[in-house]
Amino acid sequence: MEMQQFYYDNKIVKKFIYATLLWGIVGFTVGLLLAFMFLFPNLTDDISWLSFGRIRPLHTNAVIFAFVGNAIFAGVYYSLQRLLKARMASNLLSNFNFWGWQLIIVAAAITLPLGYTSSKEYAELEWPIDIAIALVWVAFGVNMIWTILQRRQRHLYVAIWFYLATFVTVAVLHIFNSLALPVGFLKSYSVYAGVQDALVQWWYGHNAVAFFLTTPFLGLMYYFVPKAANRPVYSYRLSIVHFWSLIFIYIWAGPHHLLYTSLPDWAQNLGVAFSVMLLAPSWGGMINGLLTLRGAWDKVRTDPVLKFFVVAITGYGMATFEGPLLSLKSVNAIAHFSDWIIAHVHVGALAWNGFFAFGMIYWLVPRMFKTTLFSKGLANFHFWIGTLGIILYALPMYVAGFVQASMWKQFNPDGTLTYGNFLETVNEIMPMYWMRAIGGSLFIIGALIMLYNMVRTIKSGSDVTDELAEAPALEKVSKYRTKGEGWHTWLERKPIKLTIYATIAILIGGAVQIIPTLLVKSNIPTLTNVKPYTPLELEGRDIYIREGCVGCHSQMVRPFRSEVERYGEYSKAGEFVYDHPFLWGSKRTGPDLHRIGAKYSDSWHLNHMYDPQSTSPGSIMPGYKWLIRNELDKSSTESKMKVMVTLGVPYTEEDIANAQQNMLEQGAIIEKNLYADPDFVKNYEADKKYAQDNGEPFIEMKNREIVALIAYLQRLGTDIKVKEVQALLTNEK
Amino acid sequence: MLKFAKNYMESITGVEIYPMISLLVFFTFFVVLFWWVFTSKKEYINEVSQIPLDN
Repeated sequence: MEMQQFYYDNKIVKKFIYATLLWGIVGFTVGLLLAFMFLFPNLTDDISWLSFGRIRPLHTNAVIFAFVGNAIFAGVYYSLQRLLKARMASNLLSNFNFWGWQLIIVAAAITLPLGYTSSKEYAELEWPIDIAIALVWVAFGVNMIWTILQRRQRHLYVAIWFYLATFVTVAVLHIFNSLALPVGFLKSYSVYAGVQDALVQWWYGHNAVAFFLTTPFLGLMYYFVPKAANRPVYSYRLSIVHFWSLIFIYIWAGPHHLLYTSLPDWAQNLGVAFSVMLLAPSWGGMINGLLTLRGAWDKVRTDPVLKFFVVAITGYGMATFEGPLLSLKSVNAIAHFSDWIIAHVHVGALAWNGFFAFGMIYWLVPRMFKTTLFSKGLANFHFWIGTLGIILYALPMYVAGFVQASMWKQFNPDGTLTYGNFLETVNEIMPMYWMRAIGGSLFIIGALIMLYNMVRTIKSGSDVTDELAEAPALEKVSKYRTKGEGWHTWLERKPIKLTIYATIAILIGGAVQIIPTLLVKSNIPTLTNVKPYTPLELEGRDIYIREGCVGCHSQMVRPFRSEVERYGEYSKAGEFVYDHPFLWGSKRTGPDLHRIGAKYSDSWHLNHMYDPQSTSPGSIMPGYKWLIRNELDKSSTESKMKVMVTLGVPYTEEDIANAQQNMLEQGAIIEKNLYADPDFVKNYEADKKYAQDNGEPFIEMKNREIVALIAYLQRLGTDIKVKEVQALLTNEK
Repeated sequence: MLKFAKNYMESITGVEIYPMISLLVFFTFFVVLFWWVFTSKKEYINEVSQIPLDN
C-alpha cells in the first residue's frame, strides 16, 4: 500500500500552550486578588474597574475560557492530528481559531472591568463579543470535522467523540443562552425574563461546566493518560458507555442550580433525578481513567505527569460525587448560596482542569521542543505545593459553607433568629477566608514554578517544527455496514452521522425542559400588581448589573422558615416577569436583596454605598464612591424602554415620551428624602457652594447614579404584600 | 415527579402520552447502547484502543 507523507502542525499547539500558561497565571492572579478582597474589602477602594463585582466575572471567564479554553485547543490540536493521522485541514482556520480566541479574551479583559456585562454567569460578555465567540467556535468545529474527513485512520477513537460533542453542544448552548436584543454597542437585554431566563441560564451554566470543563478534558484524558502510562485505556467498552450516557444525561441536570427557587417544581425534580443518575457515567469515566494505570502504578511514584493526572482524575471523581449530592434538595437547602459551592467548583477547576492541564503541558513541552524536562525536582515540587494549595483552598471553604448554613438557619427557643444580623455569619468565617487565600497563593506559586521550569525547558530545546509522519491513505469502503461489521464500528467511520446522533442526544434533554417552560403560560402565575420598573428604576437596575452586585447578593428568598424570617415573604415566579435579565444570583457573600425595598431609608443606602463599614461595622462590602459622584447617563433610557416593549414589557408610548420628566421627578423625591440626613446636607451644600464659587459644573443629586440605584433598591420586592398574595391564591383556587 | 408535570402541562392536548414517550426514549437509548457495547468484537476493541499508542 502506498504510504503518504505529511506533517503534523506542531506550531499551532505551541501557540496554544503559551496562551494557556499566560492566561492561567492571569486568571489565578485575579482570583487571588478577589480572595484578598474578602480580607481587605477596600483594597482597591474607589477604583471602579478593580471593584469586586466587576472583576469576579473576569476571574471566572479568564480561568474557564482563557486558561481551560486554550488548554483544550492545545490538547485537541495535538491529539486530533495524531489520532486521525492527518494534518489539521486548514492552517488558516487553525490560526483564525488561535488569534480570534485571544482577541476575545482581550476584549473580555477590557469590557468586564469597565462594567459591560450581561450579568448571566459565565456568559457575561456583551453581544458583539458573543458573536465573535460563535464565529471562532464554528471555525474550530469546521477545521476539526474537515480534518476528520481527510483522515488516514478509519476509526474515530473515543477522544474524538468527546471533542465533537463538545463542539456541537457548546455551540447550541452559547447561541440559545446569549439571545438578546441590543440597546447599543455594548448593552443588551436578554430575550428571556425572570424564571425563563433563569432556566435557560442554568441550562447553559450547568452544561458549560459539562461541555467546556468536562467533556473536552475527558477526551484529553482518553488520549494523554494512555500516552503517559504507555498502555491502552482500561476498558474501551466502558468508554463507549461513558460517552453516550454522559452526554445524554448531562444536559438534563441544569435545574439543580435552581432548587427551592420560583422555578416550577416539575423542572426542579427533573433536574434532581438526572443529576443523581449522572453519578454513574461520571464515575465510570473516572474509574476508566484511573485503572488505565493498572500495572503502572510504580511509574506514578516517579513521573510527575502521572502524578498530576492521578490527582486530576481523583478531583474529577470527587467533584462528580459531590455534584449529585448537592443536587439532592435536602443537601442543596444547606449548600446553595454558601461557600460550599465555591469549594465544589474549585475542586473541579484547580484539581481536575488545573492539574490535568499542568500534566499535559509537562508531557507535551519536552516532546515538542525535542528535549527533556529542565527539572523533575521542580515539577515534583509544583505537584506537592499545588496539591497542598487545593486542600488548603477547599477544606476551609467546606467548613465556611457549613458554618454559614447552620448560622443562617439557627433559631432561638422564642422563634427569633439567633444570628439576625447577617454580618455575624460573615465575621465567623473570616479565618476560613484567610486560609483560602493562603491555599490559593500556594497554588499560584506552583504555577509560577511551572512557568519557570517551562521557560528553561524551552530554552534548552530546539525550535518546534512540524513533525513528519506517514500513513497509507484510507481505502474506500461501502457507506453501508459491511459483512460482520458492528453498528457502532460502522458509526465510527461515519463522523457526520456520529455528530448528528450526539446532537440529538443532547437536544432531547434541553428541549424537554426548556420548551414547556417557555410555552406553557400556567407555569408562571400572573400577579396583577406586579408592574414594570419606572425609567429611573430601570436605569438603577442597569447600574446594579454593571457593578456586578449579583456576584455577592441573591434576589431569591427561598420558602424556608429561616429565610422568610430573615428576609421576608418568599419569592414568587410572577414577580420576575419584567426582569430582563433575571438577577437571582448564586452566592450570598452578603444578604439576599429581594425584599430590601422600603427596609432602610434612602439616606442609609447612600451612606452604605459610600462607606459600607460606616453603616454596617465589620461588613466586607467595598465602597461604591463613584456612584455618588457620577452623573447618571439618561441618554438611552428611551431606547432601553423601547427594547423592553419589544420583549413584552407593557410600557406605553406615553411612558416612553415622559421618561426624562419621570426620572427627574422620582430623582427629586429621593433627593428630598436624602435631606433628612444632616451630615448629607452639610457635605452636599458645601460641595455645591464650592462648585459655584469656583465656577465648576455641579451635578445635582437627583441626576446622579446613586439616586437611580436607590430607586431600584427601594422598589425591589415591594410589588406584592403578603396579604395580597394570600388573597390572590385563594381566588385562584 | 409526574404529578407536577401533569399539573402544568394539562393544557396541552394529548399530554398523557409525553411521560410514556420519555420513558421509552430513555429505555431504548440505554438498551441500544448496551447492545452496541456488548456485541462489539474483541479484535475491534483491541485495535481501536491501541490508536493513541500508535503514533
